[in-house]
Amino acid sequence: MRESPAGEHAHPTAGVYLRVAAVLVILTVIEVGVFYVPAFHPVLVPTLLILSALKFSLVVMFYMHLKMDSRFFTFLFGGPLLLAMVMTMGLMFLFGAFVLKR
Amino acid sequence: MAHAAAAAHHTSLGLDSRKLAFWAFIGSECLLFASLISTYLIYKGRSLVGPYPHDILNIPFTSISTFDLLMSSLMMVLALAAVQRGDLKWAKVWLFLTALLGIFFLAGQVYEFTSFVHEGLTLQRNLFGATFFVLTGTHGAHVTVGVIWLLTLWSRALGGKLGKANALTVEICGLYWHFVDVVWIVIFTVVYLIQ
Amino acid sequence: MSATKGGGLTSWLTTTDHKRIGLLYFWTAFVFFLIGGLEALIIRAQLARPGNTVVSAETFNQLFTMHGTTMIFLALMPLSAAFFNYIVPLQIGARDVAFPRLNAFSYWVFVLGGLFLNASWLLPNHPVPDAGWFGYANLTSREFSPGPNIDFWLLGLQILGVASLAAGFNFIVTILNLRAPGMKMMRLPVFSWMTLVTSFLIITAFPVITVALVLLMFDRFFGTHFYLTSAGGDPVLWQHLFWIFGHPEVYILILPAMGIVSEVLPTFARKPLFGYTVVVYSGVLIGFMGWGVWSHHMFSVGLGPIADSVFSATTMLIAVPTGVKIFNWLATLWGGQIRATSALHFAVGFIALFTIGGLSGVMHASPPADLQQTDTYFVVAHIHYVLFGGTVFGLFAGMYYWWPKMTGRLLGERLGKLHFWLMFVGMNLAFFPMHIIGLLGMPRRIYTYAPELGVAKLNLVSTVGAFLIGASILVFLINVWRTRKRGKVAGNDPWGGATLEWTIPSPPPPHNFDVIPTVASRLPRWSMTQLTAIPEGAELGKPHAPAGSWWPLVAACGLPVLALAPLTHTLWVAFLGAAILITGIYRWAFEPFEV
Repeated sequence: MRESPAGEHAHPTAGVYLRVAAVLVILTVIEVGVFYVPAFHPVLVPTLLILSALKFSLVVMFYMHLKMDSRFFTFLFGGPLLLAMVMTMGLMFLFGAFVLKR
Repeated sequence: MAHAAAAAHHTSLGLDSRKLAFWAFIGSECLLFASLISTYLIYKGRSLVGPYPHDILNIPFTSISTFDLLMSSLMMVLALAAVQRGDLKWAKVWLFLTALLGIFFLAGQVYEFTSFVHEGLTLQRNLFGATFFVLTGTHGAHVTVGVIWLLTLWSRALGGKLGKANALTVEICGLYWHFVDVVWIVIFTVVYLIQ
Repeated sequence: MSATKGGGLTSWLTTTDHKRIGLLYFWTAFVFFLIGGLEALIIRAQLARPGNTVVSAETFNQLFTMHGTTMIFLALMPLSAAFFNYIVPLQIGARDVAFPRLNAFSYWVFVLGGLFLNASWLLPNHPVPDAGWFGYANLTSREFSPGPNIDFWLLGLQILGVASLAAGFNFIVTILNLRAPGMKMMRLPVFSWMTLVTSFLIITAFPVITVALVLLMFDRFFGTHFYLTSAGGDPVLWQHLFWIFGHPEVYILILPAMGIVSEVLPTFARKPLFGYTVVVYSGVLIGFMGWGVWSHHMFSVGLGPIADSVFSATTMLIAVPTGVKIFNWLATLWGGQIRATSALHFAVGFIALFTIGGLSGVMHASPPADLQQTDTYFVVAHIHYVLFGGTVFGLFAGMYYWWPKMTGRLLGERLGKLHFWLMFVGMNLAFFPMHIIGLLGMPRRIYTYAPELGVAKLNLVSTVGAFLIGASILVFLINVWRTRKRGKVAGNDPWGGATLEWTIPSPPPPHNFDVIPTVASRLPRWSMTQLTAIPEGAELGKPHAPAGSWWPLVAACGLPVLALAPLTHTLWVAFLGAAILITGIYRWAFEPFEV
């Protein structure tokens, strides 16, 4: 029961995949670097969150092909993902993660 | 009217039902891992006794594991491309390599877990042990299922039964594998790097 | 591995036909409904008088725990699933669901999970779950619940969770992808829409309770301290995780019934649903907003003023889309040509009773007021007005409405109305006094009370009401029995319904539609011309319907075996269960199966 490639468009070439892999490696190296270099520690959390979000997006958009596929899949994944993130933030707040320390 | 022969297999969205189901499943898994990650974050810093994260987490070692999993995603995507163009030989190679890298990751996890236990961090020791092992253990269980799935596909390929027509099953295995990788990206950042 | 058609046991064990699976769900769930009802009657017998001795305190705890767990997970959800299964493919013009074997798997896992949970009644000393349907920590810890009672509960629920999740994925894909040509989303019947929203709630909420239960399992079996303060853990974490699931769960329980009511009212008012678009959007909105209210179950826990205020506001807000639906239903009836069938009685009863339940719900939304109401019978009143007056009445409306389609015969109207009135009076007698006794100070979950509390008379009234409900169910069962052979034959469309299920025979042939219709409106049967033309190139004649399969049943059997491992403290049982599950899955995956 294989559908015609209605939901699939031109596949990225191996070159694209390799470039994405290279960027992922570089981002990981930067992440680890930020961890070890003390100068970055004041901005550690936001920097790491942004870097990992970038890696996350690259894998999802290119390796999981979400960017090129039907928007429907983005909705099926993105909705629960958003919900998950809001739930995590909510729980962290309720357990005092965002209380300012005196 | 194009839907003559397809009347019995008409799909409203023009998308494969299995792929739709799998993306819905991945969405659902986001909630599963978010609950485990939330529990980890809620209990961070609340262990009454050590070992604590900074005592025991090995960033260089885990960076290699992370790199391993990222490369395995690359292998996976190359495997899919091979199947999509009907290249059985390279499909076998890339599928096997993906599974192999997955096995290396699992071996690394086993090594990490046993060395933590030797250093005194157990499930029962403190909240860090409990939340860490359950979160990474659940992830590891998912990787294990992925490896079994990959090896199953690889053995189908060995039997010559993985042609272009089966590209969707490989694609779906790929979606699972990349998702497992992506969860690790989050875990690596949240557990290991942000201590 | 194909199986035979016909009525044999094999054909039922291997069926992948959504209609048969719907019937299996219906009867299994109805039996559990009776069991849960029996548990309620024993509870009410015990509480009929102060200082009563019908059951011990321990047994009483088991009864209210199992009443809640059974009604929610084994009766109400599966009864809704029965209608999802039978009716949704018919309403959308499909031949079956997207994944027929996964559908069968969901059913078998449900049955096995329900049996697993209730097996505890049969063991010596009946170690039945006894910490409430919501199992708060740390009562559920190994220290305070040393026996296997809670293990049955947490393992049984995890099994049932798998069934619900599988069904959720199936119906999402079915509704999105298998609609007949021309059946745009905004032409979908409201019941199918509500099924879709409910399915999304299931796939997002169940993973959270799965984690909650897994953490509890680790605490009880592997010595962790997720919910135990001795190592810095927090029992309130359980409450959060449970209610993050638990609140969407109550919308999972009510939305299908709201969908049914949205079908029944237009049919018997001979008028389209008033404000279809608004009703659909409200349902979707309720689904989303249901995620933002969970801590209103925790107002007495001490979350602090910010949390209390936020959840209070979100809880009050969710009353808005709900209220909107009620006004739309009333407007549907207004000016209609009313035919007062039994189905309509139950649908109208739903509106009245659910509204009352909603009002007490809004009262709970205020934390100061809730501090008085929480953990008293006032909440029990609220719960039962929305779940019994709401969901159960809605489900009975669906039963009287769709019985002819599923069985080919109409349920008797006189007995139907008798059922309705007995149930309506019984319900109000049973649950209205609970508002009062709750505010007078009677706590929940107590096995007896002192006469000085002054609630004895109203408790007795409540008990009488409960038994009246029981009598009404007997009337229903008599109706069902008599209808088997003597019920009026239904034909395709006994009610003059507007949606696609009424275009085919009752009961439908295995393949549902000889020709998949092309739909051009929201009410296809009320604008018949669109259906008479056979689309160019369409295949005529009896299309192929899928054969059955053993593998869903085999795979399903792996789960309770797996769950037995912790109960029996034996590892090899876990391997056996996993082996059965994996074998079932592999044979399923490689079985040639044409949809």
